[in-house]
Amino acid sequence: MSTHHHTEPAHGSKGSIWTGSILSIILTVIPFWLVMSGALENATATTVIIFALAIAQIIVHVVCFLHVDSRAENGWTLIAFVFTAIIVVITIVGTVWVMYNMNVNMMPISTGEMSNM
Amino acid sequence: MQDHSFTTTVFGRLTLESLPIHEPILVGTFIAVAALGLIVVAALTYFRLWGYLWKEWFTSVDHKRIGIMYIVLAIIMLLRGFSDAVMMRLQQAVAFGGNEGFLHSSHYDQIFTAHGTIMIFFVAIPLVVGIVNFVMPLQIGARDVAFPYLNNLSFWLTVAGSVLVMISLFVGEFARTGWLSYAPLAEKAFSPDTGVDYYLWSLEIAGIGTTLSAVNMVATVIKMRAPGMSLMKMPVFTWTALCSNVLAIAIFPALTAAFFLLLLDRYLDTAFFINDLGGNAMLYWNMVWMWGHPEVYVLILPAFGIYSEITSTFTGKRLFGYGSMVYATVVITILSYLVWLHHYFTMGSGASVNAFFGIATMVIAIPTGAKVFNWLFTMFRGEIRFELPMMWVVAFMLTFVVGGMTGVLLAVPAADFVLHNSLFLVAHFHNTIIGGVVFGLFAGMTYWFPKAFGFKMDEFWGKVAFWGWVIGYWVAWTPIYIVGLMGTTRRVNHFDDPTLQPYFVIALIGAVIILIGVLGFVMAIVMGIVKRNKLRDVTGDPWGGRTLEWSTTSPPPAYNFAITPVVYELDAWQDMKEHGYKHPTEGFRPVHMPRNTATGVVVAALATALGFGMIWYMWWLAAISFAGILVVSIVHTFNYSRDHYIPADAIALTEGKRAQQPAARA
Amino acid sequence: MTIQLVNKDAQRVYHQPEAEEHYHSGGATMLGFWIYLMSDALIFASLFAVYGTLSRNYAGGPPPQHLFELPLVALNTGFLLASSIVLSIGMQAMAAGRTATMWRLLAVTGVLGAAFLCVELYEFSSLIAEGATPQRSAFLSAFFTLVGTHGLHVLFGLIWLVTLLVQIAQRGLNEDNKRRLMCLSMFWHFLDIIWIGVFTVVYLFGALR
Repeated sequence: MSTHHHTEPAHGSKGSIWTGSILSIILTVIPFWLVMSGALENATATTVIIFALAIAQIIVHVVCFLHVDSRAENGWTLIAFVFTAIIVVITIVGTVWVMYNMNVNMMPISTGEMSNM
Repeated sequence: MQDHSFTTTVFGRLTLESLPIHEPILVGTFIAVAALGLIVVAALTYFRLWGYLWKEWFTSVDHKRIGIMYIVLAIIMLLRGFSDAVMMRLQQAVAFGGNEGFLHSSHYDQIFTAHGTIMIFFVAIPLVVGIVNFVMPLQIGARDVAFPYLNNLSFWLTVAGSVLVMISLFVGEFARTGWLSYAPLAEKAFSPDTGVDYYLWSLEIAGIGTTLSAVNMVATVIKMRAPGMSLMKMPVFTWTALCSNVLAIAIFPALTAAFFLLLLDRYLDTAFFINDLGGNAMLYWNMVWMWGHPEVYVLILPAFGIYSEITSTFTGKRLFGYGSMVYATVVITILSYLVWLHHYFTMGSGASVNAFFGIATMVIAIPTGAKVFNWLFTMFRGEIRFELPMMWVVAFMLTFVVGGMTGVLLAVPAADFVLHNSLFLVAHFHNTIIGGVVFGLFAGMTYWFPKAFGFKMDEFWGKVAFWGWVIGYWVAWTPIYIVGLMGTTRRVNHFDDPTLQPYFVIALIGAVIILIGVLGFVMAIVMGIVKRNKLRDVTGDPWGGRTLEWSTTSPPPAYNFAITPVVYELDAWQDMKEHGYKHPTEGFRPVHMPRNTATGVVVAALATALGFGMIWYMWWLAAISFAGILVVSIVHTFNYSRDHYIPADAIALTEGKRAQQPAARA
Repeated sequence: MTIQLVNKDAQRVYHQPEAEEHYHSGGATMLGFWIYLMSDALIFASLFAVYGTLSRNYAGGPPPQHLFELPLVALNTGFLLASSIVLSIGMQAMAAGRTATMWRLLAVTGVLGAAFLCVELYEFSSLIAEGATPQRSAFLSAFFTLVGTHGLHVLFGLIWLVTLLVQIAQRGLNEDNKRRLMCLSMFWHFLDIIWIGVFTVVYLFGALR
């Protein structure tokens, strides 16, 4: 549907910028501290947590700094973003899955591994 | 050890040996091309057409002009791409046993690489982009695309890429690595000469043009539709243009990245796709095919859209199952992104991975089938007029479906283990691309030609083109399917088994018949021009169309619509005709139009120089060109006066002339 | 929203010159630029996928734990995040019409961005000096390319920023310049988002190995 009114680009309120800034800082400091201090002994747990925090901070940036919501450009901004996110996931997950399988099946192995086959 | 003399600094690795003076075919080609070029330049100078060309075409930001230029570029490149095809057919028809043919393998390898590269990147893509460019803004009732300047730049970047490919014919060598230039063969260790560099630079530059064009088209469809045209009231061709361009935006970054990494390997000795230092050549395959498979859907979706428009027009009925057509298009768009691995089932990812991608590939046949049924149901009980565009549609249905079926066959990994890289595969994709994309583009060009130029193509020669292509396709490719199924490998310039020869001879005959078709198409345009007064389209609606582009004159004025139409229903123009619509004769307002620009031409010329400099290691040239692109682009942004208004009385004058023409065909 | 226009004879009205869309210079620019950014995100997705595949291929060379100095990365991250925050405040000033304030904040953004690049250049040159070159292993090729491409985008953003500073000083905040600033702002935040991915997946994950 075409728009007759000029869709105003969102500028965001002062509040959302402060929220976004503080959240971003927190969500940056925590991962760095977790890794640099080695507070959690478990590397896997640390990996999962900082990955989750990264996703959270990306969402904070997208909402508070980029002002992406369902109203921007009559929803097209959000659709484009979600579509891109899906393609990003397929690209990265698909590549890593395929390449992992390729490597397991096709990459050269050492003589040690060969004698254990 | 590099000799840092003055010559190598200025000319890089370009020497007199780079010119193929010992290759008679190339020397002959060069003489012919140079002669033709000189004739064209002389004619343009004699008739004082340079100013006209510059002002009305090269610097134009009008989507109609840019669309036509894309198509002209594609037809020129088709001549080279098709010459490559004829040479390959000739070689394979004679090179048996003791006869080595006339193309030694290093030349043959360049030919099949150039053939595929040119046909996809410089024929199919420009044709699709050109037709979408011309038709889509008219169909949605817009005056131009969202970003006219970007449109001009995109076109010239595509030209820049094609210029580099053409230069490679006479200066240095082209790639010998196949149209996707796989690693590790494409790495410096195995392809040290300029070939792969020509390939990579020309495609990186053209790819940027295609990506920017896709962004442009998507923004246009979203933002610039006429009032009342909701998404589900858009013509099907506009839907397919939207989905195709969305897909293009999704995939060209992957190709850009893959080529960028290969360039890094070749220029900076990084370790991405080499066999040592932890590199992984299979990763290259993964990345290019993530681009490559959706790319064929980028090409076929607009062709499907063309078929929809033509079928409904020439059966005099609304398209059957509009909603399911739209959904099928969207589903194909999404699914096409999930099947890429079927291009390398044999590379060893294992059963689970192969099974997933095999099933996904088969599933994509379902929405495609739904579309075919919709076209058939549209034709059912319609008053079918078998004019040329409709003939192409029927030929498509009978040809493409076979290609689709062989695709489903190849989708079974176990079958593909036998058929991968055989001529059966080559026949499959030519079946779908020729039967699907090429037939669709010819149908579209025939259909919209009168809109673009004001007169129809010559019908007799149009039929010569049609029968040449259809008969030629079947004669050329059926034997290839057969020898492929018997186990013949692709990309081979010589065979030992003489029992295969009859098949290749038949294929060569088929290629010659297609050549008649290609020449027939050129003649259809030429004779159309010669006989244009008899073939004139005076109503703007020569076929009884149903969509908004047919409400304009042929050709449309620069501003497309004097007053933007209001849309009530699907098939907006048909609706207007049924409600006794009369073109407006008053109430015109000044129309805002963008100005021409030279920036696109200049940037593309600099990009060509940049590519040439990088290919030949002429670093000074590359550096200056790159700096030039930056400077020109920045200076361009300092120009704030980009537009002008066409005054209302000028519009009234143009529209007044129109009012004296006959009414549209109902 | 469909438009149903009917005149006094109950006929459909196919033209409404009065309702002719007022020309909005660049009405599609914001969406178009956003779509372009999505395509740029996909380039980075490919580079992340490559990094994900090759990041353990050290070829006997140095692995990430030995190479990355997290304090330096934290500093860098701080610069970039600060630049995003400053830019946001600057965009608020633009919306409120405070041109001079906005201009100064934009300049500060540029300085912080330049600081980011300087630290990154320092990091790259010290890595190369110790033999961890992009040519040493596939891991290092992927590292330098992913982080380097991001850095090149930042550099391009800085050139754009400086150009805009000049253009705003010359012509003030007209409609065109406001639109260009909005696009630059989107671009800059986008780069900060990519950096979140980089510092997490490359540096922090790398340090955890």
